[in-house]
Amino acid sequence: MNFIDNPRKLRGFEKHVRVEKVSRRSILKGLGITGGFVLAAPVMSRQALAYETGAGKMPHGVVVDPRVFVSVAPDGIVTIVGHRSEMGTGVRTSLPLIVAEEMEADWSRVKVQQAHGDEVKFGNQDTDGSRSTRHYLMPMRQIGASARTMLEQAAAKRWGVPATEVKAVNHEVVHSASGRKLGFGELAADAAKESVPSIEGLKLKDPKDFRYLTKGQVGMVDLHDITTGKARYGADVRLPGMKYAVIARPPVTGGTLVSFDPDAALKVPGVEKVMKVQGWPWPSKFQPLGGVAVIARNTGAAIKGRDALKLVWDDGPNGKYDSVAYRKELEEASRKPGLVLRKEGDADAALKGADKVIVGEYYVPHLAHVAMEPPVAVADVKGDKAEIWAPVQSPGGTREDVAKTLGIPEGNVTVNVTLLGGGFGRKSKCDFALEAALLSKELGAPVKVQWTREDDIHNGFLHTVSVERIEAGLDKSGKVIAWRHRSVAPSIASTFAAGTVHQAPFEIGMGLVDMPFEIANISCENPEAAAHTRIGWFRSVSNIPRAFAVQSMVGEIAQATGRDQKDMLLELIGSPRIVKPNVKDLWNYGEPQDSYPIDTARLRKVVELVAEKGGWGRQVPKGHGLGIAVHRSFVSYIATIVEVAVDDKGKLTVPRVDTAIDCGTYVNPERIASQIEGAAIMGLSLVKYGEISFKEGKVQQKNFDDFQVVRIDESPVVTNVYIVPPGPDTPPSGVGEPGVPPFAPALINAIFAATGKRIRSLPIGKQLEA
Amino acid sequence: MIKVKINGQEQSWDGDPDLPLLWFLRDEAGLTGTKYGCGQALCGACTVIVDKEAVRACVTSVNDVAGREVTTIEGLHPNGDHPVQKAWRQLNVPQCGFCQAGQIVQAAALLMDNPKPSHDQIREAMSGNICRCGCYQRIENAVHLASTGV
Repeated sequence: MNFIDNPRKLRGFEKHVRVEKVSRRSILKGLGITGGFVLAAPVMSRQALAYETGAGKMPHGVVVDPRVFVSVAPDGIVTIVGHRSEMGTGVRTSLPLIVAEEMEADWSRVKVQQAHGDEVKFGNQDTDGSRSTRHYLMPMRQIGASARTMLEQAAAKRWGVPATEVKAVNHEVVHSASGRKLGFGELAADAAKESVPSIEGLKLKDPKDFRYLTKGQVGMVDLHDITTGKARYGADVRLPGMKYAVIARPPVTGGTLVSFDPDAALKVPGVEKVMKVQGWPWPSKFQPLGGVAVIARNTGAAIKGRDALKLVWDDGPNGKYDSVAYRKELEEASRKPGLVLRKEGDADAALKGADKVIVGEYYVPHLAHVAMEPPVAVADVKGDKAEIWAPVQSPGGTREDVAKTLGIPEGNVTVNVTLLGGGFGRKSKCDFALEAALLSKELGAPVKVQWTREDDIHNGFLHTVSVERIEAGLDKSGKVIAWRHRSVAPSIASTFAAGTVHQAPFEIGMGLVDMPFEIANISCENPEAAAHTRIGWFRSVSNIPRAFAVQSMVGEIAQATGRDQKDMLLELIGSPRIVKPNVKDLWNYGEPQDSYPIDTARLRKVVELVAEKGGWGRQVPKGHGLGIAVHRSFVSYIATIVEVAVDDKGKLTVPRVDTAIDCGTYVNPERIASQIEGAAIMGLSLVKYGEISFKEGKVQQKNFDDFQVVRIDESPVVTNVYIVPPGPDTPPSGVGEPGVPPFAPALINAIFAATGKRIRSLPIGKQLEA
Repeated sequence: MIKVKINGQEQSWDGDPDLPLLWFLRDEAGLTGTKYGCGQALCGACTVIVDKEAVRACVTSVNDVAGREVTTIEGLHPNGDHPVQKAWRQLNVPQCGFCQAGQIVQAAALLMDNPKPSHDQIREAMSGNICRCGCYQRIENAVHLASTGV
């Protein structure tokens, strides 16, 4: 079975996705709902929107309907639906808060209800790509304004006055001429009978009247539950009669089970059953790998039982995958011409004629997400109906995939979205939910499939492995006149389609072809690379190796020409302008270039802001160094300065990090700061330790002892975050991911400043000890 | 039959005495506040207090705690108002929140042992608890806040 035949399911491949022209209204009518309306973002009027986003091009687009998202109870409690997945960004608070702001609801009387997976009803739910605020700030404002308008209309009718004379203020509607007031609860029934106003006629609040947005004063709705152990993650779901399962999966991607002996496992106290799990051939998108499941009365017994299994595997076509050999392959490929993706001027000729050519080959290995909550899902399949509880970033996609895997109609599948104990892209792939569904169907009972940390590291969808080779040609004056960047890495598309050797538009659009420097001769190329394991999205994706390479090269050019890093960076960025790279179909994170251009004025501004606030050029103690880097990703602009200290044994510490972010119009600066603080930790983790390697097809790491992440005693002492105030109509842009890419090169440039050592291969490991 | 007191309540277990306390708490006793993160005492997500000491429930068997008192995140304070919990909320520490029960219990155990830890002592005592979201700056500040009065 192969599920890649439906292009709409290639989430993240928006450029290849045909936008359905079916009227959204007719879809709603077909479901028997009347009065609601659904619109794709691009067809909204510019007047009401002020900007366009790519939201409408996502699967199922955007739904702007207060009846779907808002309900008001007679006691005045307002329930607002959060339709995106909460994995730590605060989105389950931020989006409902936008609705509450516009409808003048009092946040203390608002309840947030998590949507189940239903994209026809709620619009796209893929919580990835740093898109939630970017795509939903305006729709949520419109939903809130619609609800407010309906409440105001109901009050005006009750009082027999024109609607223009009444106004919603803090959970009630007021007629100031007569001093009359009615609470939202008292108006609920009547407001529900009002027709939904047209988007074009809505009056949005003046931002100067905001009570919640941009203030950063509202804590996450789950904060109390999180601090008291009541918050419910995927792993915490318990159903009556539920069985606990762990699965032994093929240790090599594409491997298959030859035979197994369950006897010893069945003798383990608490183990009830051992059974085969259906697997799909590699690659098959997110379908399970198959293997053997141990079913028990608790997870501990299931793990112990699995340890006792005797298993024989056929390793299949990837049994020879070896990271040392593969790195050589990538390096060799990077030294030969590849598919040319962007060509301006003549980089070959300019490099030949250059006074000096600086060459850097930058290596970033595979990385594992290791969200603190390993993949886990509960399924209860009864006949042709399935109910799932899972920490998924893609509830809509999960619903579709469960339906297909079980061969039942999508309408028979309910996907309940729990809190996610971290996601970072791993939980955009719903393989673990599919495993639970298959097991529940066969067992005829609810079942929880728990991945162990070892499973998470051995059988994940890893960040790619890459060599980025950059050659910069300088003329006699030290000006950069040529830039050739070859990127070699197996593509995420290889997880969807066998034989993939080139990167997809969304990958090359992450810092390769959208490189913003003002250089006359540019060539961006993509030599071939085949995958030997499952490659997937990892927070900020290809921007990690690209920013590392490009911004390290800036440091190398500054180093070679004896200039200040920041001055070199600003010189390369060049004049304030809109960059229009000579690229067919620039991905631009799925956003229209009119609203989201590559704007070097904004890029320069974050560099200048962080330099000013972060004290660029300040005196630092001996053994310390400052490094700077800037990167545009997820249509946001971020610059970071890292201060590093390296002792005489090569041990590094990070006394201070400063980051400036321009993410356009924003909702919650407090959560933006938390994302950037966390991005510095994730960046430091990948620089110090991040490496998943393969030998004989198998991942060599297993847990947090050999795939280490940064701990509190080595974390930056302080991370300062500066947010650029948005212009009046600046569209919102990404926050969750953009903090990660500039960290590694800023740190690497700082290490050079401190030690004179240039690191081109991550992780650092023992490189500073020599 | 093993008897153990969990959050003040007597519980008994007549299954495998080697069952890790973590899975007894989560799957048998229904106390899901204590989390699984690694199973090897590497991440601290499963931290509970046994008598007065923070331990990793994933490498502690039910038998190990026979006749002892176990406190989990659910039992730290009846209303969730332990100074550490209050400090956590005041500083908006969590992101995804999954590791936070373990962090909070570890911090509470630290303050029992050392009511006024220095920043270095906080960083050392909390270094067994991983947060992949990277809330460390706020964790450090929250422990400090809890130790100085919320």
